[in-house]
Amino acid sequence: MIATFLIQDGVTNGAIYALLGLALVLLFSVTRVIFIPQGEFVAYGALTLALLDGGKVPATISLLVCFGAIAFLFDLWSMRRGADARAFLRSVALNLVLPGAIYGITVMLAPLGLPSVAKALLTILIITPMGAYVYRIAYRPLADASVLVLLIASVGVHLAMMGLGLVFFGAEGLRANPLADDNFNIGSLMVSAQSLCIYGATIAIIIGLYLFFERTLLGKALRATAVNRLGARLVGVRTHLTGVTAFTLAAAIGAVSGVLIGPITTIYYDTGFLIGLKGFVAAIIGGLASFPITAIAAIGVGLVESFSSFFASSYKEVIVFGLIIPVLIWLSLSHGFHEEE
Amino acid sequence: MKIERLLPGLAGIVFLAVIPLLPVPPFWLTILNNIGLASLVTIGLVLLTGVGGLTSFGQAAFCGFGAYTTAVLSTNYGVSPWLTLPLSLIVGAAIALPLGLITVRLSGHFLPLGTIAWGLALYYLFGKIDLLGRYDGISGIPPVEVAGYRFLSDGSIYYLIWFFVIAVAIGAKNLLDSRIGRGIRALRGGGQAAEAFGVNIVRAKLTVFVFAGVVAALSGWLYAHMQRSVNPTPFGLSMGIEYLLMAVVGGSGHVWGAIFGASIVLVLKDLLQRFLPDLVGTTANFEMVVFGILLVVTLQLARDGLWPFVLKLLPKRRARPLPTSDDKLAKRTLAPAGSSLIKVEKARKAFGGLVAVNDVSFEVRAGQVVGLIGPNGAGKSTTFNLITGIASLTSGSVFYEGRPMTGDSPREVAKHGIARTFQHAKILPDMSVLENVALGAHLRGSAGVFRSFLRLERKQEATLLAEAAYQLERVGLGAYRDRPAGDLALGQIRILEIARALSADPAVVLLDEPAAGLRHGEKQELATLLKKLREEGVSVLLVEHDMGFVMGLVDHLVVLDFGTLIAEGKPADVRKHPAVVAAYLGGVA
Repeated sequence: MIATFLIQDGVTNGAIYALLGLALVLLFSVTRVIFIPQGEFVAYGALTLALLDGGKVPATISLLVCFGAIAFLFDLWSMRRGADARAFLRSVALNLVLPGAIYGITVMLAPLGLPSVAKALLTILIITPMGAYVYRIAYRPLADASVLVLLIASVGVHLAMMGLGLVFFGAEGLRANPLADDNFNIGSLMVSAQSLCIYGATIAIIIGLYLFFERTLLGKALRATAVNRLGARLVGVRTHLTGVTAFTLAAAIGAVSGVLIGPITTIYYDTGFLIGLKGFVAAIIGGLASFPITAIAAIGVGLVESFSSFFASSYKEVIVFGLIIPVLIWLSLSHGFHEEE
Repeated sequence: MKIERLLPGLAGIVFLAVIPLLPVPPFWLTILNNIGLASLVTIGLVLLTGVGGLTSFGQAAFCGFGAYTTAVLSTNYGVSPWLTLPLSLIVGAAIALPLGLITVRLSGHFLPLGTIAWGLALYYLFGKIDLLGRYDGISGIPPVEVAGYRFLSDGSIYYLIWFFVIAVAIGAKNLLDSRIGRGIRALRGGGQAAEAFGVNIVRAKLTVFVFAGVVAALSGWLYAHMQRSVNPTPFGLSMGIEYLLMAVVGGSGHVWGAIFGASIVLVLKDLLQRFLPDLVGTTANFEMVVFGILLVVTLQLARDGLWPFVLKLLPKRRARPLPTSDDKLAKRTLAPAGSSLIKVEKARKAFGGLVAVNDVSFEVRAGQVVGLIGPNGAGKSTTFNLITGIASLTSGSVFYEGRPMTGDSPREVAKHGIARTFQHAKILPDMSVLENVALGAHLRGSAGVFRSFLRLERKQEATLLAEAAYQLERVGLGAYRDRPAGDLALGQIRILEIARALSADPAVVLLDEPAAGLRHGEKQELATLLKKLREEGVSVLLVEHDMGFVMGLVDHLVVLDFGTLIAEGKPADVRKHPAVVAAYLGGVA
């Protein structure tokens, strides 16, 4: 009985880690960015949802407007030597009008007591554009840098975003209301509707990503960029566009994860980092390359975590993060020596 | 050594020494002590990140190992701090070695990711263990004593800390300016060229990783005896990230930049913690945001950190005169002319369905210049890579002096006396021309890390540099000796690679398109040089497109087309061979 409960708990958390791991693999393969701050999108999402639940206007929208404004300034700076009107208007629309509109919508809707699905969608709407802005501000000027430099930059972005989370949300933890309250009995097993939402969303996103990469032109462009950046440019793929797309997708996945995890655990401004790192453990097991292995590994991480929190609760984090050592040994033995490009 | 060269350093030391004697506010000393402690860790990171091209976010954990080792031993067992010092360093090394072993073989980004994970795991671990006092830590650590004098005050331990900082910084500079250091500095360019001259890449990476771990443990040991208590907080991941920030801001390729970066970050942190709460009206630790932005902005605007800007302000130092050396390096005894040197037998390389080299056999005899020619995509460079161990054979074998060397790594191939140049020149643009050439003589020296660190290998180093300088003169690049190699024109870089190959004292040199990018006169000089090598008994295998250049030079010609050997023999005969004519001119001969 305890085992089934632990398994269910592990799989539920594992599904969230899987979403994060997938986003990390997606970003790394397309942009070579090891995106440490993915967890911050999760925390932002969960905290935004929790504030909306309380009928408050989430501070995230101010953050969104700030990000948009800074991205606009970056665009202006790069257009300083002459620019065409279309690029300028596009920048105004993307960086100023869009966040402004989201700001307006949120201020209007927040006090109305929306149904929970609407609040979840609003949360995703608020967080998703942040991905594009973060790419524009932090990573696009570094597009030619090495993986190592991009990784160090990621840590900077993580610090900044976590600090901003503290400033905007405060140090107190929040918990959102579940999307659905019901519980089901399947045999002797009690399953909450929230966990079903999590499983459903994870599977839907995996299928969605598969279709996107296999069936759409943009998805294929992203894959082409992942394989050979220069080659993709030569055949007309706009690699900056693929970067924006990848980051927007990752932010959206992060927001969804936040909406899903917000109701099952209390989220603080720095919780996202720990959750994100568990996604990382999974992504590393997948060699930062394989979507299916990452997803399966994430479930494994969730299981290890739930069992170790029961049997050796005080060593839970030590065990989960220590897991990476045998993984690296295994990768080291199976891959042998890698030559850097 | 000239006294003027030492002057800036001596002035710096005197300046540091008088600060505590001046009427400065006490918190200045606290900050300076913290800067010193952080500098130690950051110097390690500079070697790891800026020089070696690896990185770690987990250095704070190594400080923790150093600090806890001395804390436990000196409080529980009453061991003297001077005895725990070596023990702390050994623990740092003992932890770094296995962690390094499992990560340095992977591509560069797995190491930092691993360090994030174990940085977190070790922080939690420090807080769980009873022996380490859990999250409360250990207090009552005795101060360091010398002849009855106890280093208790900030003003006294200051001297101890900065003594170690300066000693480690000088040691690190020494290490980089040595045979071992050249190998470490070559890591950043991918290491392929260094490996082709016998540098053990994995070992070089391990060396810097262990070095960084040991100096971090030293910092931890000092911290424990300064603070007189330890708890897990300063050894967590966020401190680890802060150390990396210092290395990046200071300039991740410069040892002195480490101290500069530590100063900037810690002074900034102090200012932010004092003034920001009033400014923004919250007590939240806002410095996190500032540090994050600082890190990204530094990478965007000054990827090499701020130290190079300081260097520009300082008067330029004149290049160091070449040390003189009476010793000559031992030379290899060459095989008698005409004996078999390299023998390729049915070598085959398939990339999936594509057969790049198709059962090719040929031989290079001692004292011969052999040309390997063929149209683009004929498999010439792949053949080179098969001989030098960069690519593995699908089937067939390669012999050296009759012994099989199939499966040997590039490093083992280099030990046989095979030196090479690359089609796409692989030099280290930031290193001087002389140092690039000296890398070629790596296997002719023997000094290790410790001798280099303490500068005890100067005599040997002088002979290596003298040899490199001689080879540079020989190929006609002597005038460029002290310039960064990146300043040279493409043709000169190819010649530089030849000088590097020659300083390995090779039995055979493999030259991959050495004449590409050379002017007519330069080509003639190159031909003269190669003929002279032949007279000295050195064999040459060269890939070349310039027919005129090849025909007048080689003794034996091997022609490949689509991976298959289509003709070989004397140049005059091969030129008339119908298959060769067809391959080069197309159509039916």
